Amino acid sequence: MSSTQITTGAICLAAVVALAFAPMIVDAYHLALAISLLQFTVLATAWGMFSGPTRYVSLATTAFFGVGAYTVAVLGEQLPWSLVLLIAAAIGAVMAVIVGLSTLRLSGVHFVIFTFGLAELVRQIVVWYEVNMTRVLGRYVFVDITQNDIYWQLLTLAVIVFGTGWLIARSRFGFALRIIGEDETVARHCGINVTIAKVALFTITATFMTLVGAIMAPRFTYIEPSIAFNATISFEVVIMALLGGAHRLWGPALGAIPLTLLFDFLSARFPSTSTLIMGVVFLLIVYALPSGVVGLWEKLKAWRPTASKMRGAQA
Amino acid sequence: MTNAVLTGLVLGGMYALIAMGLTLQYGVARIMNLSYGEFLIGAAFASYWLFTGWALNPLAGLAFVIPVSFGISYLLYRVLLTPLVRRARTRDALEVDSILATFGMMFIVQGIMLTMFGGAYFSYSFLAVPVTIVGEVLALNRLIAFGLAVVVGLALYLTLTRTRIGTSIRAVAVDPIAAQLVAIDVTRTSALAFALGGALVASAGVLISMFLTFSATSGVVFTMKALIVVVMGGVGNLLGCLVAGLALGLSEALVATFIDPGLTLAVNFALFLGVLLVKPAGIFGRAQR
Repeated sequence: MSSTQITTGAICLAAVVALAFAPMIVDAYHLALAISLLQFTVLATAWGMFSGPTRYVSLATTAFFGVGAYTVAVLGEQLPWSLVLLIAAAIGAVMAVIVGLSTLRLSGVHFVIFTFGLAELVRQIVVWYEVNMTRVLGRYVFVDITQNDIYWQLLTLAVIVFGTGWLIARSRFGFALRIIGEDETVARHCGINVTIAKVALFTITATFMTLVGAIMAPRFTYIEPSIAFNATISFEVVIMALLGGAHRLWGPALGAIPLTLLFDFLSARFPSTSTLIMGVVFLLIVYALPSGVVGLWEKLKAWRPTASKMRGAQA
Repeated sequence: MTNAVLTGLVLGGMYALIAMGLTLQYGVARIMNLSYGEFLIGAAFASYWLFTGWALNPLAGLAFVIPVSFGISYLLYRVLLTPLVRRARTRDALEVDSILATFGMMFIVQGIMLTMFGGAYFSYSFLAVPVTIVGEVLALNRLIAFGLAVVVGLALYLTLTRTRIGTSIRAVAVDPIAAQLVAIDVTRTSALAFALGGALVASAGVLISMFLTFSATSGVVFTMKALIVVVMGGVGNLLGCLVAGLALGLSEALVATFIDPGLTLAVNFALFLGVLLVKPAGIFGRAQR
């Protein structure tokens, strides 16, 4: 390990410790904001972990988020909290495996179409089940979880997500994924089982998204399918990850922070036109910053003399 | 049973019409348009506005809506999407870029409609007269919509197979690079195909507004169904659109009648996956690469 890596590690550790004490200092409004920031950071990072290397655009974030939230709404009162989280994660993983196996073997288009409809599909099935089997539509979440607990759980999850991403990047698995991203045919010729690699990565990231939904559920108090499967979340996550740059692990987080603040401001100030403004912001990013802030940063770096270039290659 | 089949056929005819426009946009212009359904709803609102505000018959309104939407789609391709086509190095890169750009567009169009009309459901009553066919009662507006869908689809088919411009559109669909060798202006032809797709979806929107309720946010469902039909039938194939559209409409109507109306989307996806597991390139699609 070089000294730069040790310094980076120490800074990250210090930042996490500092963030862990945040609920003691800030007021309720800023705590809520911090929770939103963490939520979108985790979601966008998980999105980028899959879509960055494979270049498959997933529009299904909210499907997994909603499944997590709904699992808590159904089971939250009957089982201990950690068990509920485990079950939510398991359901999300199983769903991801099914979706992955049925679409990732085919071309990218099928995957996009399927993820585009997945949230709506799951929502419809949940509504159908609730109306016909349990005869309740909409549930209250009464669990003994405070805002501070949500914050700490999300922080832990964020650390796990970044840790997983870091580990994947330096494993054989991560190397295989990079080859797949560059050229799938070449990857296949190298003897990489492309389908298994993609499905595994999709499942890992989807499980994180499901967990975010589960952790956030107590904040809603009242959940019904149209709240849990809100298409805006998928949209926001994609735009955040794109702004930051999905090809680097820490890129999406750079996009998540400013955009969470922006959307928070927009929905408070211009509730009726926020959809429109968000769409415009999205288009601006797609046209002006195709590889995100990180891509821009790397391009600027490439102009400077060779010393900094070598450091860039090392990092 | 007969009623379910008739409803399914009408519905399937509409899906086929919607999908034909998308197959032009995706198969020829190579733009995977996720904002497609928003343009359908836009046309539905235009028709609503013309009918309630100006007492203009929706069928006469078609003469106004189709050219306008053709122009809008043409401009959209020329101004917003051509830069992406130029920027993209490969077909896959263009696909990702167009997905992202039209995904943003979807929210813009939806946002505009939400600010103008709000989130409520709209409908108007036009030719809601019962007609009896083979012992079953159907509304006249549905029948007219179906008839017009058949006429438009037939006209499109004849244009593509019998005219010079139609042949060049098909040539671009097969191979955009080789098409240049026979002096086809690919950018212009693509723009034309994209605009033609926009005109088709607008006409479908007007027809659908005659017998279905719609809201500013219901476009997504139509985009989804159009995508499913296009891919299921084989990208760029009109006959595939027809067969897959009818299959989708029929299965939906049968499930809604005999099992549960709340499960139509599940049936769509089951059908979609079922077909693709057997034929990954779609019913009439040729395997690529």
